[in-house]
Amino acid sequence: MLQVAVAKQLGAFRLDVKFELPTPGVVALFGPSGCGKTTAVNIIAGLLAADRGRVALDETVLLDTQQRIDVAAERRHIGYVFQDARLFPHLNVAGNLQYALKRAVGRRYVSLDAVENMLDLGALMQRRTHQLSGGERQRVAIGRALLSQPRLLLLDEPLASLDRERREEVLPYLESLRDQLAVPMVYVSHQFDEVLRLATHIVLMQSGTVVAQGGIGSMSLDRHLRSIIGPDAVGAIIDGVVLGQDCASGMTRVRVGQGELKVQTAAMPAGTTLRVQLLARDIIVSTQMPQHLSVRNNLQGAVTDITDDDGNSDLISIDIGGAQIMARITKSATRELALKPGAPAWALVKSVSLRGHSFPAFRDR
Amino acid sequence: MMWLSPSESEALSLSLSVATRSVAFSLPPAILAAWILTRRRFIGRTLLDAMVHLPLVLPPVAVGYVLLLLFGTRGLIGSWLERLFGIELIFTRNGAALATAVMSFPLMVRAIRICLENIDRGLEEAARTLGAGALDRFATVTLPLLLPGLLAGAITAFSAALGEFGAVITFVSNIPGETRTLPLALYSALQEPGGEYAAARLAALSLVLGLGGLLLSEWFARRVRRILGR
Repeated sequence: MLQVAVAKQLGAFRLDVKFELPTPGVVALFGPSGCGKTTAVNIIAGLLAADRGRVALDETVLLDTQQRIDVAAERRHIGYVFQDARLFPHLNVAGNLQYALKRAVGRRYVSLDAVENMLDLGALMQRRTHQLSGGERQRVAIGRALLSQPRLLLLDEPLASLDRERREEVLPYLESLRDQLAVPMVYVSHQFDEVLRLATHIVLMQSGTVVAQGGIGSMSLDRHLRSIIGPDAVGAIIDGVVLGQDCASGMTRVRVGQGELKVQTAAMPAGTTLRVQLLARDIIVSTQMPQHLSVRNNLQGAVTDITDDDGNSDLISIDIGGAQIMARITKSATRELALKPGAPAWALVKSVSLRGHSFPAFRDR
Repeated sequence: MMWLSPSESEALSLSLSVATRSVAFSLPPAILAAWILTRRRFIGRTLLDAMVHLPLVLPPVAVGYVLLLLFGTRGLIGSWLERLFGIELIFTRNGAALATAVMSFPLMVRAIRICLENIDRGLEEAARTLGAGALDRFATVTLPLLLPGLLAGAITAFSAALGEFGAVITFVSNIPGETRTLPLALYSALQEPGGEYAAARLAALSLVLGLGGLLLSEWFARRVRRILGR
């Protein structure tokens, strides 16, 4: 368990955050630029002094201003991947990795070979750091941070300086890190698609404070999130369980709640976790069992809540048996269908609008 | 050195020896001064800055005179050095090295400081998160990245040391074979009737030395830049 509760005044800006992360897990510090994400991470790392507060990782107290405990950054054993990589220019890639390995203390849970393989660094080892592409630099930076055998890994917008293509190149490495090493991570980002792919928990920040926090499933339904990611990105995120392949269509069958979805994704063994995002704007609501439709996915449930989304539309929350989804429909549709809490409803979603992200190491939380 | 006369080669080797010692003396304190001036904020920082730069604005003869007062046989530090360690500075080449070191100190500090200011502090932070303590960080990150500045500083100071005249002649006098460096030999030659030819040769020798130094420093700087990929 990572516990963070810190405050810091920086000129006119005030940071006052409190959050927890069950370990292992990946918590995303998510929020608009300038909301204090990096400041919070720097305090956790020990690079910035907090005015007051407490940081504890499992049984180890790293900072407690009341008890006057403040472990120096170099003795916190917290890995840090900076936005700008910060590789040592006077050392080559191998030198950068060795730098971390030489200073690692305690149990070594990841070897140089393992890092080399996991991050595909083999061909880069003898390169100088200025001969690396942006994506390669970040991979080396991640490897270097890992080789210090950290008990916690902080990643401060590691993909922000990369273009879309390079981001797609690095993201799978981060996913395999999460799945293979189970090192707890704090991932700072203002890109929701990264959060969607990596995080188990979200801490939503706005102008220096935490406005909401929780597991990604419940947070995907949080209305604070909508104001940050915009109405079009709103939608339930559900970690479903793969049931198997649908032979006729070649799609993967995934159980979400009591229902079943067919998702286009690489073949996955039954029983693994597949994260699916059901965008509210892609969901059609019906009050009767739908028939004669091309839609492959049909989830039965009951309306639990109707909230105002904007002037023209409502967000309909539907319980599909152990999971919640949201649909955005126009207010006139709400009226005509006479939707109200408790009413039965069928949610329809086209398979082509679903994208699955594998989450093998983590079951639904 | 077949084409040099014995007295010329004596002045040349003495100059090189004095300049080398001078750089060796002043490099560690120059790194310390540059580091304090760039990285520390304290009361009296401006005063320290001014003190470091003082030799640039003082007449060299005045610097030599102050050194004489401090490091002379009856001087505050000089008497103590002689009593405890048997070190004699006055009228010796070590004294000449001290005088040139003091004179070139501000140039060295300046070069190191500019480089230090340009080092990305983020790299030291990165080293910190990897478990490197203060000394470790300094030795393995700051110092290697400071190399271009150290080289630039050392070469500038070395060249300045070769040419230092006023402070040297005031502090350690003009003794052939002990303190008569190139500029002092050049001066002495000009004092003698018919010494123009000897003076011209010494001037030419100084020119070759200076030019060689500049080319060497440029070559070094390029190599270092290539290694660091800038």
